[in-house]
Amino acid sequence: MKKSNIVLKGLLKENPVFVLLLGTCPTLATSTSVISALAMGLAATAVLICSNIVISALRNVIPDKVRIPCYIVVIAGFVTIVQLLMQAYLPSLYEMLGVYLALIVVNCIILGRAEGYANSHKVGEAALDGLGMGIGFLLALLCMAIIREVLGNGSFAGMAIPFLKDHCIPILVQSPGGFLVFGIMIALVSALTNGKAPIKKSFDCEGCPSAKACGKLTCSGCANEEKEAAVND
Amino acid sequence: MTKLLAILFASVLVNNYTLVKFLGICPFLGVSKKVDQATGMGIAVIFVMLVATAATWPIQTFLLDRFNLGYLQTIVFILVIAALVQFVEIVLKKYLPALHKSLGIYLPLITTNCAVLGVTINNMTDGYNFLTSMVSSLGCGLGFLLAMVLFAGVRSRVEEAIPPKPFSGIPITLISASIVSLAFYGFAGIVTNIFG
Repeated sequence: MKKSNIVLKGLLKENPVFVLLLGTCPTLATSTSVISALAMGLAATAVLICSNIVISALRNVIPDKVRIPCYIVVIAGFVTIVQLLMQAYLPSLYEMLGVYLALIVVNCIILGRAEGYANSHKVGEAALDGLGMGIGFLLALLCMAIIREVLGNGSFAGMAIPFLKDHCIPILVQSPGGFLVFGIMIALVSALTNGKAPIKKSFDCEGCPSAKACGKLTCSGCANEEKEAAVND
Repeated sequence: MTKLLAILFASVLVNNYTLVKFLGICPFLGVSKKVDQATGMGIAVIFVMLVATAATWPIQTFLLDRFNLGYLQTIVFILVIAALVQFVEIVLKKYLPALHKSLGIYLPLITTNCAVLGVTINNMTDGYNFLTSMVSSLGCGLGFLLAMVLFAGVRSRVEEAIPPKPFSGIPITLISASIVSLAFYGFAGIVTNIFG
């Protein structure tokens, strides 16, 4: 695949948030304002690129059986670095993101890319993939945040917008608004791409390390296997 | 006692982890198709949250804080939770096979559930002692269970309706989640009004 394609597919075709439906928790939680969305997006991108590089470099060293714990250690290490840097240089943002910064560790996008891409590709490609997916995540967060902050709070990145300030819809920056805007955005992406974007009917998180266990619950075929296995036990 | 009750109700209703704080959205949307699965997942989450808090609170207080290793919190907590979930699964499989059969399939999903890591970290940042930490974890777990079961009920009705094509599947599910979340929004302020 061409290098530019690796980066670009993360932006639209395989956008981690609107198409692959990964990382929903931080998307909903930090898209209340443009500033926090930007900070979250950049922090996650940094962790994603670094962890993709390290995991790709170590892909022949890490034993297959314990790969998930190894990935988690690598990711948690980079998250801690980002946390410490932010605490030192951008304390107000650190306060704003709060627990969600630490929760980058369990962000499905990062573990999903480690499992689904970095462990089978070269270092350079993995870094580009991390960049593309990170920017895709950042853009999706910004889309959500701009809609929610401008319409819900009548401001943009903290600056008040004259007319909208008096006619805002506060519920959009609250939690119900998060679900609502997210649902509408996914519907919009699906409508714009004529349903060609591979939005899954069920919520099967492609590349998510838990997908195997998830599938057992959601797809009926596997549920039958499960029953058979139970009988055999 | 009043303080414990206030923490419990606040974390079940007002600060519901799933619908208000957006933690644990993946299982919330993924495993809420049937009420019995939703209940199983909810109970497994309560169980893991309690065990995780019981393990991480002493680690933070007696190890990390004492030796000034607070910056290792994220790494240590996620590893402890991951190891713990594995351990619990093995123990259940060996000694309580019946329970393992009903809860076991949910356990691997919970390792990377952000609600569990979130609750352990929040207990530390809120400065809770051991007892209040456990109560707050119980409350968060109950809140998750409540949200799951309520939403599974709503969803079984939504599945029968036919929305416009772009909205079918995930979008309509999210919009129904928004309405359920709106219902929880009504609880804001209830704890301060009752418990002062």
